[in-house]
Amino acid sequence: MLLSPDNLQALWLTAQVAALTTLILLLLGTPLAWWLARSRTWVARPVGALVSLPLVLPPSVLGFYLLVALGPSGPLGQAMQALGLPTLPFTFAGLVVASVFYSLPFMVQPILNSMQALGERPLEVAASLRASPRDRFFHVVLPLCRPGIVTGCVMSFAHTVGEFGVVLMVGGNIPGVTRVVSVQIFDHVEALEYADAHRLAAVMLVFAFAVLLGLQLYNARLARRTSA
Amino acid sequence: MNGSCLRLNVRLARDGFTLAVDLSLPGRGISVLFGPSGSGKTSCLRVLAGLEDGAQGTVVVDGQTWQDSQAGVFLPTHRRALGYVFQEASLFDHLTVEGNLRFGFDRTPAAERRHDWRHGLDLLGISHLLNRRPHELSGGERQRVAIARALATSPRLLLMDEPLAALDAARKAEILPWLEQLHERLDIPVVYVTHSMDEVTRLADHLVLLDGGQVRAEGTVTDLLTRLDLPLAHGDHAGAVLLARTGQAMPEDQLMALELACGRLLLLPQTRERTPAPNTQVRVRVMARDVSLSLDAPLHSSVLNILPATVTGLEPDGPGQVLVALDIGRADCPARLLARISQLSARRLDIRPGLALYAQVKGVAMVR
Repeated sequence: MLLSPDNLQALWLTAQVAALTTLILLLLGTPLAWWLARSRTWVARPVGALVSLPLVLPPSVLGFYLLVALGPSGPLGQAMQALGLPTLPFTFAGLVVASVFYSLPFMVQPILNSMQALGERPLEVAASLRASPRDRFFHVVLPLCRPGIVTGCVMSFAHTVGEFGVVLMVGGNIPGVTRVVSVQIFDHVEALEYADAHRLAAVMLVFAFAVLLGLQLYNARLARRTSA
Repeated sequence: MNGSCLRLNVRLARDGFTLAVDLSLPGRGISVLFGPSGSGKTSCLRVLAGLEDGAQGTVVVDGQTWQDSQAGVFLPTHRRALGYVFQEASLFDHLTVEGNLRFGFDRTPAAERRHDWRHGLDLLGISHLLNRRPHELSGGERQRVAIARALATSPRLLLMDEPLAALDAARKAEILPWLEQLHERLDIPVVYVTHSMDEVTRLADHLVLLDGGQVRAEGTVTDLLTRLDLPLAHGDHAGAVLLARTGQAMPEDQLMALELACGRLLLLPQTRERTPAPNTQVRVRVMARDVSLSLDAPLHSSVLNILPATVTGLEPDGPGQVLVALDIGRADCPARLLARISQLSARRLDIRPGLALYAQVKGVAMVR
């Protein structure tokens, strides 16, 4: 076996965190992107900036604030406790919540771009064909923005797989619970287990390259189809 | 279904532009909104469709109130039984041609459906395209599908916003015959926006002239094209449109006779591609530059169509030119013609309103 049980466990955990994060982001990010694309109020500007914040903020800063907010004395942590729920730091759920914040722009931005590129016309056409606003969103906007949605999902998944700083801050390093691949590699290097680190790093490299190549091919196919 | 089946009385103010129109359009046939860009043609269509939520006023179509701002009535676009054809076909790329046609049909309440979604297939000759994707179609085909898609919702009003403007001359020529057919077979009113004189002469029954957001003039196309006080009757494209019925063909001379509503006959060359059956309704165009005037009946002239006429008005038109409005009909059935002659001839012949003379028509073109 090329990968040790520890490494496999870390890979499986990473895949679970990334998949769950992507799913939540898809459900959350799509309506958020639509609101950002359509809203004419000033509130949309600060919200848009807030969504993009994780792009420029050091992950440790984001992780630190999340840790404070989610912790037992933080506002979110207190609210959770008041509801009789456990606090989130150093749990799997906490890791997912942190990842959702961390990868939010990677989901919202591509979808927002495709929604803005859509323009007013397809919606007006759909309205003239008797489609209600809800109907227009589900049967015109979503199908036409599929490239943006696919890109958003792929980028969110890949980006969540690659997170490190936020995980360390919020998740810590608990095997099988919060020890994801990036943390595992760090541990191997710390322990001078370079062979293990190499194998896992290679898996990550191949994965990241394959994902980006797949996205390139998908976009190239779309471009060929629309320019025909 | 004559009379005012379509009422539009609205105001729309938008950065530096105010649309203020009060129109009653006929419940059948094609009403063309004509005017320079920025005159408010498209805004009128958008108000009719409910796509301008800032518009104040009333919109009544076929007895149904779509908008009445005072009563607080505003039907959103998807509740208005209309079809809208945009300048670019704007087909849904994620659907096939059939999917596009069914999109509106499936969303039309069963009680309002007056025909199947296939209704427009033959009208527009697109039956063979059903399984294609929009990007596999030519520009002309795409626009035909867009028209059929609009018709599939059983609209009570069809709005067309420069549907040919994005097409090249060859594609335009391909679509125009289909539009003319629609005109004969549709029983709903069509409001058609264009700035092409050619489309006006071929398609318009009723014409509305817009300028700066206001109605400059409206009336039948035959009247408006020959009114000297309007810009339509000036410039190189000036000419009259006459409604006529085809009469006897004269095959030995390659000619055919047309009978105008007033009973006058016009002869025109028989063309190979268009020889309508006798007694069909056609329209012909006579350019102002193809009509010359003579005070006496020219007995020995090669011109085939020499018609007694009365001058109804004249107006300077360009350097050294005068535009003369003529009536070649009867008192109870006027038929208007325009003639462009030199200023010198007008002075020598003493052309003035009321003068009876002869119009020599050198060219008549059947436009439909």
